Amino acid sequence: MKEFSIIGKPTPNVDGPAKVTGEAQYTIDMTLPHMLYGKLLRSPYPHAKILSIDTSEAEKLQGVKAVITGKDTPGGKWGLWRRFRELSDQQALATDKVRFIGDPVAAVAATSEEIAEKALDLIEVDYEPLPAVFDPIEAIKDDAPMVHEDFPSNINATRHIEWGDVDDAFAKADYVREDRFVLEAAHPCAMEVHSSLASYDKGTGRLTIWTSTGSPYFVQQNLAEALKMREGDIRVIKPHVGGHYGGKNSTMPDAVNAAILSMKTGRPVKVVFNRDEEFTTTEHRTAQHMALKLGMKKNGEIVAFEVKAMTNGGAYTGLGATTLYLTGTFITMPYKIPNYRYDGVRTYTNIVWGTSIRGFGAVPGKYCSETQLDRAAKDLGVDPLEIRRINAVAPGYTAPGQYTFESCGIQPCIEKMAVRVKEKWPAIEKDEGIGYCGFAYMSGGIFNWIDTPYAYSSAHIKVNWDGTVDLYSQAADVGQGHNTVAAMICAEELGIGIEDIRLHMGDTAHAYTDLGAWGSRETLMNGNAIKDAASQVKQKLIDIARLKLGENIAYDLVARNKRIFLELRPERGLSYYDLVKDAIRQNDGVPLTGTGHYTPHNKGMISPAYGMGIMAIKAKVDRETGHVTARDVLVVHDSGQIINPLGARGQVEGSIHMGLGYGLCEEMPMDQGMLLNPEFVDYKILRTRDMPEIEILDVPTYEPNGPFGAKEAAEATIAPTAPALANAVYQACGAEFFSNVLKPEKVLKAIRAQEAKNNAASQAKE
Amino acid sequence: MKQQLNIVVNGEPHELFIEPKTLLVQVLREHLGLTGTHQACDSSSCAACTVVVDGMAVKSCSILALQVNGREVTTVEGLAQGKNLHPIQQAFIDNWAFQCGFCTSGQIMATKALLDENADPTREEIQAQLDGHLCRCTGYNMINEAVRDAAKRLKARKDLESQKWLQTAKSGKGAK
Repeated sequence: MKEFSIIGKPTPNVDGPAKVTGEAQYTIDMTLPHMLYGKLLRSPYPHAKILSIDTSEAEKLQGVKAVITGKDTPGGKWGLWRRFRELSDQQALATDKVRFIGDPVAAVAATSEEIAEKALDLIEVDYEPLPAVFDPIEAIKDDAPMVHEDFPSNINATRHIEWGDVDDAFAKADYVREDRFVLEAAHPCAMEVHSSLASYDKGTGRLTIWTSTGSPYFVQQNLAEALKMREGDIRVIKPHVGGHYGGKNSTMPDAVNAAILSMKTGRPVKVVFNRDEEFTTTEHRTAQHMALKLGMKKNGEIVAFEVKAMTNGGAYTGLGATTLYLTGTFITMPYKIPNYRYDGVRTYTNIVWGTSIRGFGAVPGKYCSETQLDRAAKDLGVDPLEIRRINAVAPGYTAPGQYTFESCGIQPCIEKMAVRVKEKWPAIEKDEGIGYCGFAYMSGGIFNWIDTPYAYSSAHIKVNWDGTVDLYSQAADVGQGHNTVAAMICAEELGIGIEDIRLHMGDTAHAYTDLGAWGSRETLMNGNAIKDAASQVKQKLIDIARLKLGENIAYDLVARNKRIFLELRPERGLSYYDLVKDAIRQNDGVPLTGTGHYTPHNKGMISPAYGMGIMAIKAKVDRETGHVTARDVLVVHDSGQIINPLGARGQVEGSIHMGLGYGLCEEMPMDQGMLLNPEFVDYKILRTRDMPEIEILDVPTYEPNGPFGAKEAAEATIAPTAPALANAVYQACGAEFFSNVLKPEKVLKAIRAQEAKNNAASQAKE
Repeated sequence: MKQQLNIVVNGEPHELFIEPKTLLVQVLREHLGLTGTHQACDSSSCAACTVVVDGMAVKSCSILALQVNGREVTTVEGLAQGKNLHPIQQAFIDNWAFQCGFCTSGQIMATKALLDENADPTREEIQAQLDGHLCRCTGYNMINEAVRDAAKRLKARKDLESQKWLQTAKSGKGAK
């Protein structure tokens, strides 16, 4: 394996000093001179016609500078599925009707938050409540209330995937089982709520907005549509972001209304959601129904698989249609499935909409498929780890028309898991079980529903006289540590230190396009773009060094340890800093620059590369109370060449935290479209005492499509967590689950059901 | 009717006139511009806004500013000495104990209060102190490791200081 100076070494976060001293500015922390505070008035009805809105009293309140309703907005609709215009269904403020509890109908800008809130109370809205629909199965009935009248039905999107001859394979299978599942919604719960600060310059007609987003590019594109402006007149700046997890891909009413209010008042306007708004009106992981049919040979080899999904999409599209598609693909990974059919339906309903939350469709699907796999293994008398080994793919595996795994370490991961489990858990206690789950996840999406005409990722660098490097990209660090990865890749390629790199990231005015942080894309996609930019500068320096050194042209020169030297004779070389000075002098005083980009070509429908592995969870069940404790987590994963082991560990552990929440306690109960737990008091996320120890083992491979052989090490481990936990409970006591969130009452019920089944079986024997 | 508030924040005295209902977190963030203290909920259930008041970790969203009248408050901005980070801050960086960093100030200030009281806490004691601090990024284990690392660093610093003191005392250059 290649020797690196920086890649692969545990590297502290480059944003660390700012984040531990309070210097880091998040959008929510920002103010501008003469700034106003914006607030949104939201619908109390899940579905209602707006008959009239009277803002006159609110306008009279001292300190109120603007009150707007739907008719005062530019009226542009937007969405992330821009390729399909009819799915651009979001709007700044509802005009004709509201579609969920929390749909905004009016906005106020005032000199203080308090005055803005008082003004909201003075706005009179006359609604005519309409029948509403909350369940996807109800939503597709002929007589269901229509969420969007201009749409042919409540079917927002459908996805069909098929390869092989599924019906024939089922007919010939030795073993077939069918299971149905109901998956709960979950909220991303970023600690920083959605926040935007917009400043419109009346003189130039240009807008600058600071916003808590995962993609400055998406915000710029969506604002251009919402405001009917040119994208070049909109500058989006992403300050530090206090959490994303997929919930900050869509452009939300905070950004759009801050912009509109700033345009109306000529003053900067900041809109910050409160926690209740964050829970009730921002995007969540979609609740869905799933039906799975699995066909196998006697030995546990999968021969056919059929999946149906119906998701409770909610009022708008977001990235929910993409999530629907990815549910149908990730559910097949990392297994050889010769015959496969998927049909997914996303429905419009009168609730807040679901989208691409961390794990992007993999999470609900894998819960179903991997708990089903354990039941099949038991029926066939095959060990649960062995059944995963039998079916795991090998390098070069292609799912027809969908995806190819180039680097692929799943088999060695499973082998390593088998060895480590025996060492780690030589014996287990009563009512304990070990559950497994295999996983694979993309390193950035190939799909382009935003319809960007630009490179998927770009970066440019400027090397200054003193050897410092300014690195510019729209790529987004949202906490996952991409800034550190970006600096590491740039420094490694140029053979210099991280301290030489100056980052200028997440600003649409400074940098070419990067599509943002989603689908675990930044390391591979932005990493490739940065490496491309840096290698261009490196080549210029090497050319100059070659001339100066006058060596045999057969010798290769490398850049490492701040020198450029002959790879075979390292003592013959020149200082990077001296070469930079020579190069700039030679270039008529122009700093060295490189512009790199990356767009995947001919890499299937999903991603150029996949992180993968296997997880084991040891859990204990209390048969009296139904309480489940995750005691220990073991992950063996292949993330290619890991760039920063510290950051990778953080991502894996963070994903497991969110996955355990999905498996144990996070849920979004609603009554007639009203969320019942919109605060952290009632919406339970795991606390420090709830977390088990986590052991992570790497199986490094070299990914040919990634920078320095790297691929995803971020979201993959969320999807296997809840199913591995449910499987552990299944192994411990036989209790079967057909939905996530193993609350004690549900576990007790499943244990009792299992006991009844066992009793019936033993009586039958007698 | 506004009332006078006298507080010392990070060693600096402030005299303010505020509405009695003003929360400490509002005074810090809005009046004094100390935005390193974050607020992530409206129900006193995330602990992101934790600061240290006279040595005790306090959620600054659940206390009126006037309740700390005449007292000393330390926020995350007050930990570093000049350009030197506090050992807790350095331990958080070196152990990757934060990702987005939004809850980090609260975690660090609670750690400060803990380690000032208990120089060598166990994993359980650390978890007890930090249990109310919600973090959505890290899964907490790396935070716990950072706290243990910080305790070691503080102990090493203390040992070094007492060694220096001993040497000074022995050489007779100390107090006369």
